[in-house]
Amino acid sequence: MIVVKNVRILGGEPADLRIDQGVIAEIGQGLSGGEEIDGGGAVALPGLVDLHTHLREPGREDAETVQTGTRSAARGGYTAVHAMANTSPVADTAGVVEQVWRLGREFGHCDVHPVGAVTVGLEGRQLAELGAMADSAARVRVFSDDGRCVDDAVLMRRALEYVKAFDGVVAQHAQEPRLTQGAQMNEGVVSGRLGLTGWPAVAEEAIIARDCLLAAHVGSRLHVCHVSTAGSVEILRWAKSKGWDVTAEVTPHHLLLTDDLVEDSPVGAYNPIYKVNPPLRTRADVEALRAALADGTIDIVATDHAPHPVEDKETEWSAAAMGMVGLETALSVVQESMVETGLLDWAGVAQRMSVVPARIGRLTGQGQPLEEGAPANITLYDPSARTVVDPSAFASKSRNTPYEGMTLPGRVVATFLRGRPTVLEGKLV
Amino acid sequence: MKRHLISAGDLTKDDALLILDTAEELARVSERSIKKLPTLRGRTVVNLFFEDSTRTRISFEAAAKRLSADVINFSAKGSSVSKGESLKDTALTLEAMGADAVVIRHGSSGAPHRLANWVHGSVVNAGDGTHEHPTQALLDAFSMRRRLGGLEGRRITVVGDILHSRVARSNVLLLHTLGAEVTLVAPPTLLPVSVGDWPCEVSYDLDAVLPKSDVVMMLRVQKERMNAAYFPSEREYSRRYGLDRDRFAKMPDDAIVMHPGPMNRGMEIAAEVADSARSTIVEQVANGVTIRMAVLYLLLGGETA
Repeated sequence: MIVVKNVRILGGEPADLRIDQGVIAEIGQGLSGGEEIDGGGAVALPGLVDLHTHLREPGREDAETVQTGTRSAARGGYTAVHAMANTSPVADTAGVVEQVWRLGREFGHCDVHPVGAVTVGLEGRQLAELGAMADSAARVRVFSDDGRCVDDAVLMRRALEYVKAFDGVVAQHAQEPRLTQGAQMNEGVVSGRLGLTGWPAVAEEAIIARDCLLAAHVGSRLHVCHVSTAGSVEILRWAKSKGWDVTAEVTPHHLLLTDDLVEDSPVGAYNPIYKVNPPLRTRADVEALRAALADGTIDIVATDHAPHPVEDKETEWSAAAMGMVGLETALSVVQESMVETGLLDWAGVAQRMSVVPARIGRLTGQGQPLEEGAPANITLYDPSARTVVDPSAFASKSRNTPYEGMTLPGRVVATFLRGRPTVLEGKLV
Repeated sequence: MKRHLISAGDLTKDDALLILDTAEELARVSERSIKKLPTLRGRTVVNLFFEDSTRTRISFEAAAKRLSADVINFSAKGSSVSKGESLKDTALTLEAMGADAVVIRHGSSGAPHRLANWVHGSVVNAGDGTHEHPTQALLDAFSMRRRLGGLEGRRITVVGDILHSRVARSNVLLLHTLGAEVTLVAPPTLLPVSVGDWPCEVSYDLDAVLPKSDVVMMLRVQKERMNAAYFPSEREYSRRYGLDRDRFAKMPDDAIVMHPGPMNRGMEIAAEVADSARSTIVEQVANGVTIRMAVLYLLLGGETA
């Protein structure tokens, strides 16, 4: 039994929590008994759930493993992550998803829910055995070819239809491939000056529009990964106004960073630390994404945690890998971009980083409100802290963060997974 | 002047004029029978070429040698680079050899910026991807100034594949700095979507612009652009944007024609135009050596020599 003293549930009035046998047994004042932990007035949130994490195992264990990635997740306040399918071999069979799921259980830093590939080998030609993955021990409900777009309209339609049989969802990486051949960064003023091949907003928006129409036509649910443009927001707003079952995510980095960092930043021009897919966009896009996350047009924040070894980033721009790590800075970036700006309160953050992502992933024991009888998946967060981001202190195996040296608000104090602390006093247990 | 020459935008008007004036002085050396100056004796200049460009490399090599620098040519083909060595490791190798300047040509935009993080010597951009080629812009400005006198208020028209042209980017920046009025002419597919923010005018109509031009600079059109559907056919491109005899006749009598080379004769420029007395194409090559001497002299020579 653990008693956590003096926490503020969703930023409310101070209270104590008694945790017993993996559930929140009691919420009240002046609780005592068992092991006591001083919450120090931290904000208590339901354990965070990431719908979009790259754990890299199997295949790229030099960048991240299930063990290091889930330690990183716990440090960031997460109690569940969805592990993307673009591993080597690809998570397109029951065997691979079960392997990843078992590794997650074995290490126990947070729950690992594998995402299944939509198509065999992410090749976009033939549906993977979605049903086998859904029926496996990993109980896959989210399917994605993330990193690649399911650009064939017929294949996308079939995938959307097929997953209805087991209440699955297709999470689309919206990127029209022909419009983005060789694309290096957002197509706009900066790409024109820098002579880097542009990744036009329309390449994302056209796919989102098509997929919303397809999802409506076949009566299935669609999830849109890492929305990055103001135009995408408009399309999603329209789709939701029709009552269609469409959800969307935004990454922390698209809520904070802009494409002009590629030209002018403290780490020099053309530094691939800012190379990510979809690319960083403009200030106007950032503002639209923030507003959309605040008003619910975009449902959730997902990290797209994408670890890469140093040598894949210490190169010329075009040779560098795309992606940023994000698990350990996500909550701080959301505080900076959404809470400090008055766009969200902590209840709103809990919805967008725990409750709704768990619902989209059809997770039953995660994303539950912090009340008596609920599973004790809890994140304690001190929003008054200020931290200079130091990648060498990350639990992730990789260091490719765009926030190095930046001062960000907030600090994850503790994380509890079904009543068991995975992080205490900011350190892994 | 900054320690590196990576973008034409790094140069102030004073910097640019200093380079052009220095080149003017150095041009006199090139006219002597013994073309060598002792200025950079004992300094090492590395030509680091990841793309084949014999013209640019020998131009830099001649420039460095005329200033008595030691020159090391490092071609990526057949070197450790082709075996997978990273740009960073190549840079550290050059650094260990004590390179005072690294002249880099690279297929990836921004490679010279990255290189500058890893070497102490001066980095000179000899063309990076579709980004910039500042010494080309300087030699173009030098060639124009020699023919026209000054550049202030002069009307310069640049025609061709602006989207992929490092020459165009550097020229727009430098000519703007020097007070010239630049107009870009291209099919809309070969202009960046954001070209409206550049410090220049844009037109799709070459015939309308020609009579108002003091200089017409034709850019090479790469064959591979045609396969990517930037324009329907070579012939159509040539008809709409090529500088043939009829169009040449529409230019003012004292206007000049430039081309950074290598040319597609009969495609973007007719042979008669390229070979006319008002073409500076051959001068541009000679001026290239002179301007690169001036750049190396100012980056490496000066007070620390």
